Amino acid sequence: MDLLTLGQLLNTTLVFSTALIFAALGGIFSERSGVVNIGLEGLMMFGAFAAAVGGHYAQDAGFGAWAPWVGVLCAMAVGVIGSLIHAVASITFKADQTISGTVINFLAAGSTLYMVKLFFDGAGESPLIDGFKKVSVPVLSKIPVIGEGIFNSYPTTYLAIILVIVIYFVLFKTPFGLRLRAVGEHPSAADTLGVNVKRMRYIGVMLSGLLAGIGGATITLTTTGTFAHNTISGQGFIAIAAMIFGKWNPLGAFGAAVFFGFSQAIRNYVQLFEWSKSIPQEFIFMIPYVLTIIVLVSAVGRSSAPKALGEPYDPGKR
Amino acid sequence: MHRLKKIFATDSYIVPLVAILMGFLVGAVVMLIGGYDPVAAYSALFKRVFGSPYDFGEAIREMTPLMFTGLAVAFAFRSGMFNIGADGQVLIGMTAASLIGIKLAGLPAFLLVPLAVIGAGLAGGLWAGIAGYLKAKRGINEVITTIMLNWTALYLSNYIVRNFLLLKGQNRSEDIPASLSMTFLNGVFDNARVHWGTAIAICAAIFFYVFLWKTKQGYEMRAVGLNPNAAEYAGMNVGRNVVKAMFISGAFAGLAGAGEVLGVFHYQSVFAASPGYGFNGIAVALLGLTHPLGVILAAILYGMLTYGAAGMSFGADVPPELIRIVIGSIIFFIAAQGIVRWVLKPFYLKRKKEKVS
Repeated sequence: MDLLTLGQLLNTTLVFSTALIFAALGGIFSERSGVVNIGLEGLMMFGAFAAAVGGHYAQDAGFGAWAPWVGVLCAMAVGVIGSLIHAVASITFKADQTISGTVINFLAAGSTLYMVKLFFDGAGESPLIDGFKKVSVPVLSKIPVIGEGIFNSYPTTYLAIILVIVIYFVLFKTPFGLRLRAVGEHPSAADTLGVNVKRMRYIGVMLSGLLAGIGGATITLTTTGTFAHNTISGQGFIAIAAMIFGKWNPLGAFGAAVFFGFSQAIRNYVQLFEWSKSIPQEFIFMIPYVLTIIVLVSAVGRSSAPKALGEPYDPGKR
Repeated sequence: MHRLKKIFATDSYIVPLVAILMGFLVGAVVMLIGGYDPVAAYSALFKRVFGSPYDFGEAIREMTPLMFTGLAVAFAFRSGMFNIGADGQVLIGMTAASLIGIKLAGLPAFLLVPLAVIGAGLAGGLWAGIAGYLKAKRGINEVITTIMLNWTALYLSNYIVRNFLLLKGQNRSEDIPASLSMTFLNGVFDNARVHWGTAIAICAAIFFYVFLWKTKQGYEMRAVGLNPNAAEYAGMNVGRNVVKAMFISGAFAGLAGAGEVLGVFHYQSVFAASPGYGFNGIAVALLGLTHPLGVILAAILYGMLTYGAAGMSFGADVPPELIRIVIGSIIFFIAAQGIVRWVLKPFYLKRKKEKVS
């Protein structure tokens, strides 16, 4: 294995991880505020769809290189709107959070495909658009391995990495983060201290829609270039796994997302070698998933969810 | 008559019914926005389901795996777990049924068919049991493990089909001699693929009810589901109950696989992507309020809607995906009953006034 391909491996790893990082960060906001978010898959779908449509029309309107960013903005907006359904049902109407998350997945799958057909004359897929181009950071991209691996990536990848640090800071070092976590751990105590539990939870869920939306957009704007029924296919659930794996901590989730990205990249990588021909391809496809279970069994202990996760807040019980 | 009226006037019946109506209403509004005719679409949907004996039989076929996976998800739910892995368990059940059906083809049918069905149930149960065991022993969240096991099951099944059962030159297994088809009903349903799986599913629902509400073990499981700490304190073995519950849940899903392979297709395909039985199962379980009777009713509704959706696209040119919006909205209104009650409020007030006067 020479250095050049090692850089490539790192680069592919990050490309595969980016969408997962965004969605997992979104999941953290929601769940840290005490609202389970099984709906990440659907929120990503909303984002991927909005990015394809927004990017397409922006391209037609002559936005040029800015068109993908318009797509991202649309994805953020649609993601937030989608997450509001979850928020209204689970926070205001105290519905079971798992159920209203599942509703998001259903509504997203149905409505995005329905709308794709409406927008593009019955086609099951959006037209191909030019997504993001890779940008190399001056100077830093000259560093061996890391330069090619990290500093020659899509702008969304840089954004994801920056957000991990920013969100870590916000969650653990700011009053807002403290309130958000308090609402997820002990809502009645937070309420007593004057924190508006419902409002904090609304913010948590809406941020999760925003971030998962960007995550979905990343997939259409960097990997597929179009939106179809199989664009997301399980990435949202993997993001949930990354969030739990990373113990609801942005840095942990980042690590887990990169791990998933890496195991997907290594799957492509292994296939380049001659010796891998003797292994049935199904076993190579299994690598990421089996590896995850093995890592969970051997390394990570009990996962500790926020205490009030899944419980609707009832001020009467205080 | 009076009693009947009283039953249907209770909240637990009215709320789901109104939720279903409101779901259809949302679908109609979405169709109007898209420039379609909702009346034509819905009548095409129901015509497709009830139009001919063949279609009615096929709709029943569509409902069957939904009953099983709905029961699977609901059973895990009642025991405090979220089984996202029914999809993988269905696949493993299919593969076990195909393996037994093809490799032991020499056996007489009265042995082969039950063996294949039981094998499918066991295999699905054991596959889900992995997630249960890891949760009980290592505290690993079953949501992650079942997601990972879904993908693993997809590739493992494909591997087995491609290497041990393949029909030369095709992307599917050889034909399976064991069959669950209800051939004596062929005349009634015009050769629709109705099979014994439907009957097994209803038996499974009865087992679900009797086991969970009438036996000591079922009581323990529900106790663990409601509050594992209290159950532990009361001297119940939480870990063992978790494994057992996941096993039963997975067995339900595995049986769905047997029904599909032995009753419907009579061969197993190599799947490019997960077939999605498990995710429909989550919706059915939630629609059915995780009660076995509710699950059966929900599977009937869900099966009718998904089967009829194709008719809707032929008859009224409406994209069949619309039906997912309808289903999603129904689940939304059932979950957020507050909205339904708010809609019903004027009616409730009126009724109370009538009582007073």
